[in-house]
Amino acid sequence: MEMKKPAIKSIPYEEFKDNETLESLLAEVNKERTNVLIGNLDDLINWGRSNSLWSLTFATSCCGIEFMAVGAARYDFARFGFEVTRNSPRQADLIMCAGTITHKMAPVLKRLYDQMAEPKYVVAVGGCAISGGPFKGSYHVLNGIDKIIPVDVYVPGCPPRPEAMLYGMMQLQRKVKAEKFLGGKNIHRKRSDAPKDPIIVTNVPAGDENKNEK
Amino acid sequence: MEVNFIDIKDFRETMLAHRRKGMDFLRELIGMDWQDDGLGAIYMLENSSTHENIEVAVRTLDRERPQLPSVSDIWMVAELYEREVYDFYGIEFTGHHDLRRLYLRNDWVGFPLRKDYDASEELNPVRMESEPVEEFQREYDIQDDREMAEIVEKLKILHYDQYVVNIGPQHPATHGVLHFHLSLEGEEVRKVDIRCGYIHRGIEKLCESRTYPQILPFTDRLDYLSAHQNRHALCMCIENAMEIGVSDRVQYIRTIMDELQRIDSHLLMYSCMAMDMGAITGFIYGFREREKILDIMEEVTGGRLIQNYYVIGGVQADITPGFAKKVKEYCNDQKIRIKEYYDLFVNNVIFRNRSIGVGVLSREDAISFGATGGTGRASGWACDVRKRHPYAMYGKVDFKEIVHTGGDCYTRLIVRLEEILESIGIIEQLIDNIPEGDYKTKTKPIIKLPEGRFSASVEGSRGEFGVFIESRGDKMPYRLKFRPTGLPLLAAAHKIMKGCKIADLITIGASLDYVIPDIDR
Repeated sequence: MEMKKPAIKSIPYEEFKDNETLESLLAEVNKERTNVLIGNLDDLINWGRSNSLWSLTFATSCCGIEFMAVGAARYDFARFGFEVTRNSPRQADLIMCAGTITHKMAPVLKRLYDQMAEPKYVVAVGGCAISGGPFKGSYHVLNGIDKIIPVDVYVPGCPPRPEAMLYGMMQLQRKVKAEKFLGGKNIHRKRSDAPKDPIIVTNVPAGDENKNEK
Repeated sequence: MEVNFIDIKDFRETMLAHRRKGMDFLRELIGMDWQDDGLGAIYMLENSSTHENIEVAVRTLDRERPQLPSVSDIWMVAELYEREVYDFYGIEFTGHHDLRRLYLRNDWVGFPLRKDYDASEELNPVRMESEPVEEFQREYDIQDDREMAEIVEKLKILHYDQYVVNIGPQHPATHGVLHFHLSLEGEEVRKVDIRCGYIHRGIEKLCESRTYPQILPFTDRLDYLSAHQNRHALCMCIENAMEIGVSDRVQYIRTIMDELQRIDSHLLMYSCMAMDMGAITGFIYGFREREKILDIMEEVTGGRLIQNYYVIGGVQADITPGFAKKVKEYCNDQKIRIKEYYDLFVNNVIFRNRSIGVGVLSREDAISFGATGGTGRASGWACDVRKRHPYAMYGKVDFKEIVHTGGDCYTRLIVRLEEILESIGIIEQLIDNIPEGDYKTKTKPIIKLPEGRFSASVEGSRGEFGVFIESRGDKMPYRLKFRPTGLPLLAAAHKIMKGCKIADLITIGASLDYVIPDIDR
């Protein structure tokens, strides 16, 4: 039993670019044969997962406004299964990282990513998230979020057009369809990649008697 | 270069005297590094009733422990401005009661805007551990017999016997990445500690190593909802310095585009305010009309949100033939649609109860905080740059400056909605009479500004946006400073949030309408 081509309904397979990448992913997944039951179940699960990807409301700058426009009535990403955005990382499936990430924001982004439940995905939206964009070379800008978290889809532009964002999101859907969910063959992140040093909050201040504020 | 410095010893007296003479609006406080001529600051003051401007400069030659007297007790906005200068230049302001870094992490090494700053990766790598929490306020004060001011008092920023809540940096209602650290007593906010810098990109430092045309794209990315106006300010500043004349056609186009951008921004403000308060329908309606503006922008400039349209000496490309017709269609449509906003959201009883009388900013405070734009005008301060110092076509068109006196969240929204109608009025006066002419004056291939200091300011979508350039006759600026429209608003937020209910915090934040990348730069 083999997994099928990851297609999006009503858009022909050939109209997407990067089909080779997906096919190599599929080849890897299909290397070992699976029994019919689990294989069919995988297809079903992937169909469901890829059509209900909920994104974290995460925007730092300009691209965030375009992301809002993609969510509003005209472009409306709910049509493609990105039904709602979630404000808590614990309920989200993906981060659309829209905007520049600075030195001060980097640990926050990493923590948000760590807080999300598996399986999780990252889309880097815009030049800043991909490489630092126009601010490359600044003392306070991270040159690309892939330095701190793994990225699944890059959407270039400054800011990308809403159509480009939708295209990037659909590419992510196809990538989700090329995964083996049961059996843990192609889990997004291996256990060994998990942060070695868990976040331990040490600076919780004790109650104090110093009441010189008022 | 010729700068008239005031002696440090007379500085406080001079500033107090200016304040007594009615200079109540501190427009800008610009940190400077004159290398061998010391570190210092330039203060730009304005009289809010006569609109008279003066500049005061002060410096210190000590580079190890540069110290200047603080003016944060004279103008309230100086509290944040001085923290910014301390952050970038390491100048300690004596008498400032809470001198911490404003943008950078508090374990940052060095002061980035100094000319001798060491930008090596080893000193400041990307630190992945959380920022250490600073618990104490630092105050520098001169002791009796000592020359240098030392840290004299340690005051707790927040008390942990009160309930401490963090809002942000990742929070949908902060409109970007902003961090409110607040202590509560019951539901009432006792103290707010605002932490910004999560989107500080160091644009001002980058500008010092870019040529003037290369700087232009940065302005669009400061406050992306007044991209045109920001760029207008920089182009105007460079054109004035180089004495490049621009044709009437360009002035007309720029004025129309500025006003379209203003409507776009106000619509977004209305939409986001509706969304923050739970009325998602309001959001969808505001965005419906906003898309029509973006269509017009896209047709003329090629960009939706960030347009890169104005260039030095004119605009990138001429307007398209159907432009006037489309704009008129849009204006007629918008006048009808705006009534829907009132029916749907503004006159809604829940919204009115949550916003009338909430977060009141008085006129005196608005001036002292320098909170320009819709926020200032909602508090009764006529602060519109278009009226104060007319530029482009604003001296020749007839429009009313919307000024209300309520000062609360409701009034701030009403001011914006009424300004949309005024902007439509301005566009309608201009759109049929765009004169023929060049859309771009030819400039030299390499743009060099003469030696000197130049500044220009425009009315951005949410307040006065200013550009200050110190040039040494080079093709790159020696120092370039943008006056953020949002930082004074944030300073004011600090004050009006104190004592309000925590649920009102969101309403106040939405009504002040700040854009974080503009605050952080």
